[in-house]
Parts: sequence; structure tokens; C-alpha cells
Amino acid sequence: MRRLIKQREVIVDEWRYADEDPVGRERALILPFARWQAEREQWWLWDGRLGVRLGPTDPIAELKNDFTRIGLIAIEFSGIAEGRGYSQAALLRTRYKFTGELRAVGKIQRDQLFYLARCGFDTFELPEDADLDVALTAFDDFTVAYQGAVDAAGVHVQRRAVG
Amino acid sequence: MYQYDQIDQALVDQRVAQYRDQTRRFLAGQLSDDDFKSLRLRNGLYIQKHAPMLRISIPYGLLRPAQVRMLARIAREYDKGYGHFSTRQNMQFNWPKLELVPDILALLATVQLHGIQTSGNCIRNVTADHLAGVASDELEDPRPWCEYVRQWATLHPEFSYLPRKFKIAITGSPQDRAASRVHDVGLHLVKNEQGEVGFEVLVGGGLGRAPMIGHVIREFLPKQDLLAYLEAILRVYNLEGRRDNIHKARIKILVKAIGPAKFRELVEEEFAAAKDSAPVFDAAGFERIRAFFAPKNYEALQDQDVVTGKPEEFRRWYQYNTRKHKAAGYRAVFLSLKSPTRPPGDITADELDRVADLAEQYSLSEIRSTHDQNVVFAHVKQSDLFALWQELKLIDLATPNIGTLTDMVCCPGGDFCALANARSIPLAKQINERFDSLDYIYDLGEIQLKMSGCMNGCGHHSVGHIGVLGVDKDGEEWYQITLGGSTGGQDASLGKVIGPSVAHDDVALTIERILEVYVEQRQDEERFLDTVRRIGIAPFKARVYAPSHQAA
Repeated sequence: MRRLIKQREVIVDEWRYADEDPVGRERALILPFARWQAEREQWWLWDGRLGVRLGPTDPIAELKNDFTRIGLIAIEFSGIAEGRGYSQAALLRTRYKFTGELRAVGKIQRDQLFYLARCGFDTFELPEDADLDVALTAFDDFTVAYQGAVDAAGVHVQRRAVG
Repeated sequence: MYQYDQIDQALVDQRVAQYRDQTRRFLAGQLSDDDFKSLRLRNGLYIQKHAPMLRISIPYGLLRPAQVRMLARIAREYDKGYGHFSTRQNMQFNWPKLELVPDILALLATVQLHGIQTSGNCIRNVTADHLAGVASDELEDPRPWCEYVRQWATLHPEFSYLPRKFKIAITGSPQDRAASRVHDVGLHLVKNEQGEVGFEVLVGGGLGRAPMIGHVIREFLPKQDLLAYLEAILRVYNLEGRRDNIHKARIKILVKAIGPAKFRELVEEEFAAAKDSAPVFDAAGFERIRAFFAPKNYEALQDQDVVTGKPEEFRRWYQYNTRKHKAAGYRAVFLSLKSPTRPPGDITADELDRVADLAEQYSLSEIRSTHDQNVVFAHVKQSDLFALWQELKLIDLATPNIGTLTDMVCCPGGDFCALANARSIPLAKQINERFDSLDYIYDLGEIQLKMSGCMNGCGHHSVGHIGVLGVDKDGEEWYQITLGGSTGGQDASLGKVIGPSVAHDDVALTIERILEVYVEQRQDEERFLDTVRRIGIAPFKARVYAPSHQAA
């Protein structure tokens, strides 16, 4: 049973990745981007919920017409140095108006959560050994910020945006 | 200068608390070395050869006396009694204890200083012309824009985990005193044909192992689009910049790989596409910032002759270490951190305290650091110059050598830095010993000598008129010499290597031979750089590597 942080709560994940079995009672499945591209038509008519998992070089713009079908987008982070996901998330939220669940997954750690949440991520799937209760405190690291951003639910900052 | 309000203060205080907790978790074994590294770097903490090194941000090089006194206190209580001004206007301490850094940062926060984003793969301190606001050739003061960009860049959610570090410099004068053409982004305040002031935008300059001069990608950017345009540049870089090889990750490599024209196209495309979501210019917010940089209340004075009848030594100092000020009756004064007995850029705690006192007495309580590792008092009354000079002499800050050979730029090098191949500080000593005649130095005129202990290039060797780069050959220190580099204005250029590297003990001698050729070949009052450009490096090479000069 996978636990993750969603909107500042620790919850049990109702989604399954495509390589996991069974699909689960919730029938909510996350497909790799390549598979979604290849099998888009056949999955469209499936009766469960669908998500897509993106790597750092996957072209997010190609999903822009799929949001009526895709309820979740998971973006991968291979380590703390991987920063492309922040821009991918910001673009999904601001340019492509994705309003579904946006999940950061992979080698993410507590100290990135504040930044990730301000880019529009609302779900955080940390490595298995992470202490999620400690991670929850990260959203309160700062009560102020300079930039306008796409703050996800759970981030409360007083802004004096310079832009 | 800019004063924090409660939002600025809260951010810095909360950053200290966050870092204190990160340090605690690291010491408790809850954070791996690698994970902590990324966190400590973005608070300015490196692990060096002998001890950690802490880099304190000095936004665009501007300090108040209380801040300078705090730097003195930290040097005294947490270091070995001195600090070092870096080539990006920051201050570095070479001996803090890792576990005490949160305490240091807490002290700094009480005077509105911090180490935020002074290292790591994020947007670094925004630097500026050290004569901003007082230079007579200035179109507009760049510092309000620096502060505006600083705030936007601080803890930017999208651009805090870039492929590599990202440096921005802003200038408001035709003469480039901020090395802006060798920054990831250089911004120049310029006027267009309609008489409006905006920015010329350069991208892809940089030093280090692949030095490059930046390319203009926008001739004129309306001021109100500044942050939106920067976001477009950063977003293209964040998504397209290489992350597989640390040496290929700077934006200059991306710009070179796809070409400046293609890069410009991508940025303009992103800029247009982001119109609805990009930062909107906050005119009121900017005015609030700009008010902090309003011209000082200068007394109504006349320019006067303050040198006639004064000692030769003072007249030299006046000529070399002071500059024209746009207010009549004032001069800008350079405090030279390049005396023969001082590692370039170093300053002791006692000297810092004294500098703070003197700034209060003589320079409207303002201190500036320069990118060539000196200090500036920007607002000194001409009638005070003689008194100030005497005071500065007492603390070894009046060496009359600004802009000359011995005003050399030098990184901490192998004495401190874990990255260095070779030492650089002993070279400064060697050069000072060989060139101990001020008359000779003055005859040579303007020369920029820049030395780095490794190809990361913190000493900016690639853009020195004479550049010296430390290289390691089988565990021995050797030095590669370049000629013809420059950061100045439109004619920024990279130096050319003259030949095989020279041994440590031969560096000053080699420079002397180079200068002999210059003296023989120079026409009239031609600068060294211009002679090199006119005759090329061949005559210098011939002299340095002449058979008669090779050891038997």
C-alpha cells in the first residue's frame, strides 16, 4: 500500500502504475507517456480513470487535448538535480490549464516540496523510506514569497510579487 | 540603499530557520552528503581544502556600515580574522565551522545580509557597475533593476534547480564596469530611437573552461517586459540545457550548440506564448524599490583643485584611485585591496571596522565592493580627500595602483580551494616583488592582470589583458599565459594562449618579458591591450620562448 502526500495530508494512493497488478478497486491506472501515445485510442474508451507518467524530456504539449480523459499527470524526478519537472508543471498549469492531479514522483526530498508546490504540484510520491510526517512540515518553511506562482492548495504565502 | 520591510526580513529569517534544520538533520545522519550538498551550496557553504567556505551575498556590491561591522564580527568570532572579496562582489570566509554556519547566518540576517543563492545551480547574486548612480556617463541607475531582479530570483519556484549556475549583471553606462558580456545574461540599459530607455539583452557569455562572450538576442526590450523576458530565457534553458555533463551545462553551451539565432527564436516564441501568465510589471512595486536609490543629498559644491601643493604620493593616489563624480565637488574613491603585502581582495576584521567608520565620516555611510576585488567610497567630498587618504594609508588601503598591473584580480587558488590545480596568491606576491617600482607601473599604463588557480576561472583569467591560469602537470604547478582578453564595453574579447605553460617561479619573469615587448612596440600612449591587438601575440611569444631564455 503506497502512501503519499496529497494537499498536505498523508493518504493511501488509489492509483496504480501500468506495470503494477492488479489495477485495484479504484480502477485508476497511470500509463507511461510512450504507451499513452501508442495506445491512446484504445484506452480512451476504458471504463477506469487514467493518468500519464512523464519523464523530463517528454513533450507535454502533446497532452493538451487529452485532459478530458486524463485526470492525473505524474512527473518524474531522478534526483535533486533534476529541475525540468518544475517547468513542465508550471506550463501544464498556466499554459495548458491542466486542473487534474499533478504528482511529483521519484527521488524527491522534503526540502524541494515548497518549490514543487508553488509550481502547481499537489501530490508528492516520495521514496519509500521517506518520513512523510516530517515532509509535511516543508509547506510551512516560508510564509512569504516574492513571485506570483501557481500555488497548489496547501501553500499559504503572503506575496509581495515583483512580477 | 534598499531597506528590508517585514516581508524581506521574514523570508531571510525563515531561510535561516530552514537551513538550521537542514544542518541539524545532516549532523544527525538523516540527510546524505549529496542531498545536503545541494542544500548547503544554495546557502553559500562549500566544503574546501582545510575548512568550509561561506560566501555571503552582497547584492550588486552595496553595503551599509552596520553590515560591514557585522562582517568584521563574523571574521573575528567565526573565522581567522579576515574575509575575502570575490570577483562577483561577494564576501567569502574561509574558516567557518559547518555546525556554526546557522548561527552566522542568523547574525547576518539581523543586518539584512544572507548567503542565499551564492552557490548552487540557481540564479546567483545580481551584480552591477560599482560606480552606479555616480558615473557621469550613466544613462540610468541599474541598481533598482538589480534589486527588482534579485527579489524575483530569490527562491524562484521554477528556476531553483537549473542545469547549472546562472549569473546576471546589469549596467547603465556605455562603459561596462560589470563584465556583463561574460555573464549568462547581461542587461544594458540603452535608449532606442524614440528616446525610450529599455534593455539590450545578451545571453551566453561566461568564463570557466569554455569562456565565451555573450550574444545580443534583443536589441531593445521595453523595461516592463524585463521579468517576462528573463522567465522566457530561463524556461528555455531549464528545459533544454544539458544535465548529463556538468561541464556542458551552462547556458553558453546551449546557445553555442543551437546557435544564437535559434536560441533567440526559442526565447521569443516562449515569450510570446507566455504573455498571459508571465510576470506583469508592477509599477508601484518598482517605484517603491527605486525610491531607495534616489540620488543622495549632495551639498552644493564646486569642483576644486585639491592636489596643487600636496605631496607627490597624494597626487598619485588622486590620479589613480579616485574617479569623476556626477555631482560637482565630489569624487568616487577606490580603496585598493592590492597592496604588496596583501593577498588580493583580502581584508581583516579591524580594517573592515575602520572602513565602516570612514564610510560614515566621509562617504554618506555607503560602501561598495567591486568585481575586481576593491572597495569604493562613492561619495567623497573633494575637500575631504586629503584627510581620507591619510586615514586610508594607516590601514594599508591607499596603494595608488587602481587600473594598473598590480591591481590584479586573483582567486583564492590552491591555498584554500579544493578545485584549484595551482596556487594563485603566491603569484601575486611574486609579481609585487618583481614590479616594485611604481614609476615603471605607471609608465605601463592601464593593464588588467587576472589570475585563476584552475580553469573554473574565478580569477577571470580569460578576460585579463594578461591572463594567468594554473594547471597541474604531474603534481607540479604550471601556468598558462594568455594575452588580449578584455571585459570592457563593446570590445570584450577572450585572451589567446601564447604557448606552453611556464613554471611557478617564472611567472613574474615571463610577464616582465611580455611587458618589455610592449614597451618596445607601443606607439605613443597606446594601451597594452591595443598593442597586443595591433601586433598580435607572435612577438610576445618569440620573446618569452626565445632559445636564450630556455633553461640550460
